[in-house]
Amino acid sequence: MSEKVLSDPILRVRDLQTHFKTDAGVVKAVDGVSFDLHKGETLGIVGESGSGKSVTNLSLMRLIPSPPGRIVGGEVMFHDTDLMSISDREMRQIRGNRISMIFQDPMTSLNPFLRVSTQLIETIRLHQGLSKRAARAQAVEMLSMVGIPKPEARIEQYPHQFSGGMRQRVMIAMALSCNPEILIADEPTTALDVTIQAQILEIIQRLADELGTAVIMITHDLGVVAGMCDNVAVMYAGKIVEKGTTRELFADPKHPYTKGLIHSVPRLDQDHQERLFSIEGQPPNLIGLPDACPFYPRCDSVMDICKQKYPASEDLSATRAVNCWLYKEHENKEAGLVEQR
Amino acid sequence: MSNNDDVLLSVRDLKLHFPIEEGVLFKRVTGHIRAVDGVNFEIRRGETLGLVGESGCGKSTTARAIAQLYPATAGEIVLNGSDLTKANAHDLLRHRKDIQMVFQDPYASLNPRMTVRDIIAEPMQIFVNRGLMSMSGTEIDKRVEELMEKVGLNKHFKNRYPHEFSGGQRQRIGIARALMLNPQLILADEPVSALDVSIQSQILNLLRDLQKEFHLTYLFIAHDLAVIKYISDRVAVMYLGVIVEVAESETLYDEPMHPYTQALLSAIPIPDPEVEGHRNRIILTGDVPSPDKERNGCYFYDRCPKRMPHCKENVPALKEVKPGHHTACFLYFEATPENVVRSAPQQEVVSRG
Repeated sequence: MSEKVLSDPILRVRDLQTHFKTDAGVVKAVDGVSFDLHKGETLGIVGESGSGKSVTNLSLMRLIPSPPGRIVGGEVMFHDTDLMSISDREMRQIRGNRISMIFQDPMTSLNPFLRVSTQLIETIRLHQGLSKRAARAQAVEMLSMVGIPKPEARIEQYPHQFSGGMRQRVMIAMALSCNPEILIADEPTTALDVTIQAQILEIIQRLADELGTAVIMITHDLGVVAGMCDNVAVMYAGKIVEKGTTRELFADPKHPYTKGLIHSVPRLDQDHQERLFSIEGQPPNLIGLPDACPFYPRCDSVMDICKQKYPASEDLSATRAVNCWLYKEHENKEAGLVEQR
Repeated sequence: MSNNDDVLLSVRDLKLHFPIEEGVLFKRVTGHIRAVDGVNFEIRRGETLGLVGESGCGKSTTARAIAQLYPATAGEIVLNGSDLTKANAHDLLRHRKDIQMVFQDPYASLNPRMTVRDIIAEPMQIFVNRGLMSMSGTEIDKRVEELMEKVGLNKHFKNRYPHEFSGGQRQRIGIARALMLNPQLILADEPVSALDVSIQSQILNLLRDLQKEFHLTYLFIAHDLAVIKYISDRVAVMYLGVIVEVAESETLYDEPMHPYTQALLSAIPIPDPEVEGHRNRIILTGDVPSPDKERNGCYFYDRCPKRMPHCKENVPALKEVKPGHHTACFLYFEATPENVVRSAPQQEVVSRG
């Protein structure tokens, strides 16, 4: 894991901001998100619904429907290319080819009118310019790699003839068919049963290792993160509140939200607990949020400064960063209100 | 199973088959989906029985059959000593008061055109309208307000509509509605699976507090084994319309017996990288088969990593293997006639002379 940290990142996201215009006001769905992704790394992005984890990833693929959405600021460096400033045509060369994506719902992300073969071969030919025959051979090979029995026969079938888990395998095969450098998996197992979830996660992990693909794993399930990811970023109300290696973050969560999140999940390997820890209150409405810490109304260690200003990211170590005034106490005392950024 | 007095509900050999119809004008039944295919369990007064299984295993159908939302194809549902499947309409109405449901989707289970007050009051309103109960409007109002406070809602919001509430708050409304008639048994069908992690723990704590206060009995359905473990006293594991294992919650998690339970437990990711790094996962192959034909062998045979030849020919009965620990698996008992529900029809045996 250490060499993954040392190499240059293949993806650098800096201060990404995506806003949605609604009748009620502007929703800052992603509000200044920064992270790095290295070759072969598996990065987990966790958060509750509405925290902006999916929008972050749709933004870096430039798949935000506009209007109402708009990427207002930030840069996304993929190697030396800024994905935010290239043309749509150039973006299409990258999307699905060098960066590809698996979505949550395998029922709706395949075209029900087309055979699986048509959909898979089309993707491969579009990006790799292979002949029909060669593309077909590769498609069959991909299907057998993701563990679909009798791929030569199954490839001629329509999506409805596949079960949920099998469809998700087809999606993975399609996403990996062009040998992408980055695979973005947006809640890939949420719609599936646990025994099938275990199969799918195992496939993603094995293929990512074999092909050297970096994976961004978006999920709300802390268990999935603990089992699969090297590093984790925790999102709340459009911001990353804490980053770290999975081990560090679970062993010693710093941000009060992360702490609450980890402790409020009932665990299979613990004895009967008397009472679950719970974070009281609800996630905030993202319209017209003040420049304060969005978590302060629910936080049990809230201070005055939390209500006045959002803390800048504080690096605790080479791998660890947190956005919380608790870890900025020195500055906090010195200036009362701190000038940052 | 020991003392009959403290059994609130007993379900015996419950079957629920949905017909598969074909044809446009003249429908004919071409087969059956065996959603629930012979389920036996008991719920004791004041306990929480967790019912767990993957999608399509029949856990929700079981709950709905208990609530008499679907008529049972066969079997008995005995509540407080009377069989609901044979009760007449009048008796059934009285029994319905004792069984209430909390549903999975807090968005779909509340009528968007009704105010919160009307939603929570509706179960009682029905009984009042039919003359089975007498309560004035102000009494009902008072009860609604009292329940709203009990479930953690501000009582001044009673004239608002469901869309003004978040998912967690809506689930609280659904819980208040279920409590309105002071039921004995609450069937909670995946009540937290649509909620975010931080809200989920609030609702789980609330359900536990209410159970203590009102001496409720829960049948708690979930696919999340960690949630089930937290809330349940005993757990029943379902697969393909049958129960494969029942045990005290701690026992089931410490020493699962049925190969399906073992695989299910090992498939759950644990939110701790230290633990995850050292786990041996049993990864099942294949999907859950379709429940559209009668099975003459173990229901788990196709995916079982420990299957034996005679598992294919005989359906194991749910047997008490250790005190309080029931399982339906031939690894723990012989396939003798008393341990078998049914067997494959014997081939013509060529044994003449």
